[in-house]
Amino acid sequence: MKCPARDLDEHEQAKDGGPTGMKNTSLEIGKSVPRFDAIAKVTGKEKYAADFWAQDVLWAGVKRAAVPHARIRGIKTDDAIRIPGVLSVLTSKDVKGTNRQGVVRKDQPVLADDKVRHCGDPVVLVVAEDRETLAKALACIKVDLEPLPGLFDPENAMAQGAPLVHEENPEGNLLLKGSLETGKVEAAFESCYETVEAEFRLPHQEHAYLETEVGWAVFRDDFLQITASTQSPFRDRYETAEAIGFDMHKVRIIAPYCGGAFGGKDGITVQSLLGLAAWSNPGRPVKMWWSREESILASVKRHPAHLCYKLGAKKDGTFHALSVRIYFDTGPYDNLGGAVMALGLEHSGGPYRIPNTSLKAWAVFTNNPIGGPFRGFGVPQVTAAMEQMVDMMAKRLGISPLDIRVKNALRRGDRNPAGTTLTGSTGIGECLGKIPASRLWQESETWKKDAPPFKKRGVGLASAMQGMGYGPLIPDTANAKLELTGDGRFRVFCGVVDMGQGNASTYLQIAGEILNQETSGMELVLPDTARTLPSGSSSASRTTFTFGNALVKASKTMKERLLEKASDILMAKGPDEMALVPGSVRHMPSGKEMPLSALAGMLSEAERTSVARYRTPSAKESPTGDPNLTLHGIPHIIFSYAAHAAFLEVDTLSGEIEIKRYLAFTDCGRILNPQIFEQQMQGGIAQGLGYALFEELKVKQGMIRTPDFGTYIIPTSMDLPDMESTAVELHEENGPFGLKGAGEIAMNGPFPAVANALADACGIRIFSGPMTPERVLGALKKKPPCQEER
Amino acid sequence: MKIRFCLNEKDMEIETRPDRRVVDLMREDMGLTGTKESCGSGECGSCTILVDGETRLSCIMLAAQLDGRSITTIEGISGVEGLHPLQEAFIEHGAIQCGFCTPGMVLTSLDLMGLKPCPTREEIREAISGNLCRCTGYQKIVDAVEAFASKRKVPQQ
Repeated sequence: MKCPARDLDEHEQAKDGGPTGMKNTSLEIGKSVPRFDAIAKVTGKEKYAADFWAQDVLWAGVKRAAVPHARIRGIKTDDAIRIPGVLSVLTSKDVKGTNRQGVVRKDQPVLADDKVRHCGDPVVLVVAEDRETLAKALACIKVDLEPLPGLFDPENAMAQGAPLVHEENPEGNLLLKGSLETGKVEAAFESCYETVEAEFRLPHQEHAYLETEVGWAVFRDDFLQITASTQSPFRDRYETAEAIGFDMHKVRIIAPYCGGAFGGKDGITVQSLLGLAAWSNPGRPVKMWWSREESILASVKRHPAHLCYKLGAKKDGTFHALSVRIYFDTGPYDNLGGAVMALGLEHSGGPYRIPNTSLKAWAVFTNNPIGGPFRGFGVPQVTAAMEQMVDMMAKRLGISPLDIRVKNALRRGDRNPAGTTLTGSTGIGECLGKIPASRLWQESETWKKDAPPFKKRGVGLASAMQGMGYGPLIPDTANAKLELTGDGRFRVFCGVVDMGQGNASTYLQIAGEILNQETSGMELVLPDTARTLPSGSSSASRTTFTFGNALVKASKTMKERLLEKASDILMAKGPDEMALVPGSVRHMPSGKEMPLSALAGMLSEAERTSVARYRTPSAKESPTGDPNLTLHGIPHIIFSYAAHAAFLEVDTLSGEIEIKRYLAFTDCGRILNPQIFEQQMQGGIAQGLGYALFEELKVKQGMIRTPDFGTYIIPTSMDLPDMESTAVELHEENGPFGLKGAGEIAMNGPFPAVANALADACGIRIFSGPMTPERVLGALKKKPPCQEER
Repeated sequence: MKIRFCLNEKDMEIETRPDRRVVDLMREDMGLTGTKESCGSGECGSCTILVDGETRLSCIMLAAQLDGRSITTIEGISGVEGLHPLQEAFIEHGAIQCGFCTPGMVLTSLDLMGLKPCPTREEIREAISGNLCRCTGYQKIVDAVEAFASKRKVPQQ
């Protein structure tokens, strides 16, 4: 049975159609076409999931655990039920499905049943007439909890006899471990001229999207419709249905533009809870909107990591051996933590030729907040460590940080440190090669000498890479649908969410380029399981690559069909006499034109629709015999690359770091829209600088001590410099028009670039957490002569 | 209680609870969802509105405080003839990504323009520093405001 795409209220109608009021412009690849969503957003008209409201709307909310680990002895809801205006009070007993959610491992309850495993676990769901009543009801629910010993450190959690987060897990508190080996690492270290060893610790990072987790749902005529701020509507549909015990084919998920997501909405947040709430209250819309504090408490975060590195090199700076051990704290649930660990492991040696490697990583369950996907997906952590190792080695050997990187940079045809042969475009050398010519770099020595009193200046480099797509086993596919409407416009059915990165606009640009149309000739339908086709999640730097490739195919088919049809109708000699022009098909020899609206009138609905599927290529070799690592995404074969340089000033009296300038060269293939490319680079660098300088979720005994924006500090406009970002446009043969993913790569460079610049300025390194004024000052005060070379 | 105010150049008289948050009043009662809520505690600036031309945070304002005031929300700044030139600058300079901070950024920048018609980049950065954005790194927002200000400097105006 098909879920009906009907009863579209005004809320959804607003999604269709062209960008009213937008200046008409031709859609060409390589041009900075203004984003299609910009007008609706700048006028406040765009309807996000948060913006739904109706007179009869009900409000849903949950009572959360507030303790990190405990057994549920009982739940007292009587007082809440008696409050007038309270419509439902639901516990795990009311969940008819599996009550388990998760992408790889389904281990996260919709409502906690036997235990709570972190402070944010939801226990009771309440639906009420208004927010005040909801708050009152939640406050008088009593959950009787028997405290259990908590696990707050991954390495302790792996010890024999440690209490268990999931008693049923045969591997104790281990979610996943992985090992990649190339060459003979132990023997190789023996033959190194120099070795450097260091340990690094990185904290949770909060996504801090401005639109917190939100959605609304309605259960009507046996169908459940959920509109949510999500990156993964098609997967949500399946997960929600299974978890709450509802027929998947009667669930419809609608995904408007997100008010930011960055990985944090790649999976279930409000969806299943809303499904339950709406199902219990037929006919009335139910809304759930987490407060900022609830979002910080319950949402996933970037995984904290403990990274132990040992790098060996020859006298001339050639990297020879690398040994890595990484412990990721995944919190109480998988939530793609296994995949995050695997991607971190795969990238842990950076974009360098290192013939002998022993790379190991563990993702471990604890009772800390949930680790989950976040822009970079395990790669920012390993890049923070590896790129500092590179600088420490350069210093030991007396080679410049740039030279040592250039010397070891991967080239096409090399095997990367994970053991995968690079068959695609490999532009790290080109990115690094651009640095010496840049004005900022050339002026850097003079600039450093001009530091004001009590301030020191430093410049730091970092290389970065980011694999694209899901990897070899999980099919990385997209299904594009394109329709010629009755009035002669092209409607793109966007299967992948636009969480703010602008991919939906790029899709129109892609189709517009092939079909030779202007903005006024294009329309967009945002992801909706009843209208668009499954195309995977908006994640893994894959959205424009995978869906774009599918759309290229669909657009070419459409073009061919329209030219053939028009040729037949106009009795031309063949389609090669015909050309698509904005709004029409032109017969070239005669100059005669047929409006697309007229052509559309002569075609059946099926003829006016073009559908195409694309699957991203995967590696033909496998660097691992471990099927679990393959399942979790190893190996990737298409990578984007970057070289970053941070220019900073340290206040030696306060310990404060100010980033004065920032430079980035990026190889993410050919750029389809330079403005959107710059947006991704600047935004990624901004989040990376926050991670480097002050973003740190403070967690003590599983309790979050930075519960809001007053205590968890993200960068403001005063904390960030103007950034220079340049694309090194190598052509990737598999990409749509030569493109590779650009969404994540910029996140990886800032932490190590800042750390290396700090070392350059003052000879200190902070091995644990962001480089806060407190830590910098502490390190400056007790600086031994060569602390950097620890 | 009954409160009277001017909203986007229209006089209004409404019956509401005096302690209703202004952000809810705008978003729910008035249907003006361009005013966003992100932190609910005055930290992020997403709920910025203009009260008598000055930026105010509607998530920490109560309905009674609007009595006798003139309110502008993002919906009130584009005229019948189209977008406000500052909105056009935001579009042209790529200052919009997810867009959730955008209404607040535009209104805050407008307030700055009233106080300082030709701000430097530093002054623009300072003025918008109470409005958080997690997508853009702020650079293109500063570009947009700077471009708008320098266009306005043209003598015939």
